[in-house]
Amino acid sequence: MEQPNMSYIQSMSGGDKVFEQKLIGVIKREFPEEKEVFYANLKAGNYLKTADNVHKLKHKILILGLEKSYHTAVSFEDDLREGKTHLSADFEAILITLTDYLKTI
Amino acid sequence: MNCIIIDDEETARAIIKQMCSLADGLTVLEEFPNAIQAMKYLNQNEVDLIFLDIHMPDFTGFDFIQSLKNPPKIILTTSDSKFAIDAFEYDCIIDYLVKPVLPARFEKAVLKARKTELKQEVVIDSEPKEQTTSDNDLYVNIDRRLIKIDIPSIYLIEAKGDYINIKTQTKNYTVHSTLKKIEEKLPADLFLKVHRSYIINVDEIVDIEDNSVLIKKYVVPVSRSNRPELMNRLNLL
Repeated sequence: MEQPNMSYIQSMSGGDKVFEQKLIGVIKREFPEEKEVFYANLKAGNYLKTADNVHKLKHKILILGLEKSYHTAVSFEDDLREGKTHLSADFEAILITLTDYLKTI
Repeated sequence: MNCIIIDDEETARAIIKQMCSLADGLTVLEEFPNAIQAMKYLNQNEVDLIFLDIHMPDFTGFDFIQSLKNPPKIILTTSDSKFAIDAFEYDCIIDYLVKPVLPARFEKAVLKARKTELKQEVVIDSEPKEQTTSDNDLYVNIDRRLIKIDIPSIYLIEAKGDYINIKTQTKNYTVHSTLKKIEEKLPADLFLKVHRSYIINVDEIVDIEDNSVLIKKYVVPVSRSNRPELMNRLNLL
């Protein structure tokens, strides 16, 4: 599986290391909250809301450089709006990868 | 140029805010996690530019734009490119940024906003562009000529980006203007805005269906919010 990276954050920060750390702090705080809501909605079968959660999470997937995973997220979001959940495991694997990565930065 | 940022995702707001700080002459006045808070702010403050997320819970970016009487320039920010076509329906939207926003693309959008600001200043200086001299005449500026249009002969006006298409019984005219401006010049008893992109001559209605009205051969959409006013105008049996 592809690995997360800081390329985007470094490219948009204008070399501002303080901002980079601040942004990482925001992501570290926001990502677990979004993930929790995602799992709750998925478990409850609220697929439209789950799709909205994926929509929001997919931005962070790209910010952290997971381009292939982003396409999985897009498909999963579309599927959820039609009540289909077969990409759940793939998407959850992406969330685990990001969770692990955020522990390292 | 000053701006506000509306996005329910803090990460997205932080990124736009940083890019604004790196751009010359662009000041972020406030940021909001939802459109309702921004509306309250805009009731009391003027801004030049809004960075607006489309996909927000409860009240979307498009709902927000429709709620504004005089929307400032808006740059949409979204994770989906599929709303781009809808964006063309609004004169105030000057660009559309797909997240995560790239610095070069951001700069291009801000440059567009600055150019639009300059254009608007020129238009204000040379106004009035549309002048009425009698109750039945409307003068429009086309290629530096003031052309007279007989108002009752207009049956449909359609907004297309920065232009409006005025369709009359004899000829069609494309004018650099907005629906809002021309609406102010037209007699309210004869014309009605039925959609954000269309004004119709009520006398020219052929028939009405649920969400559309037939004007000559043109099927014109009627928005939900404008439908009650349209129905009030009709002499219903």
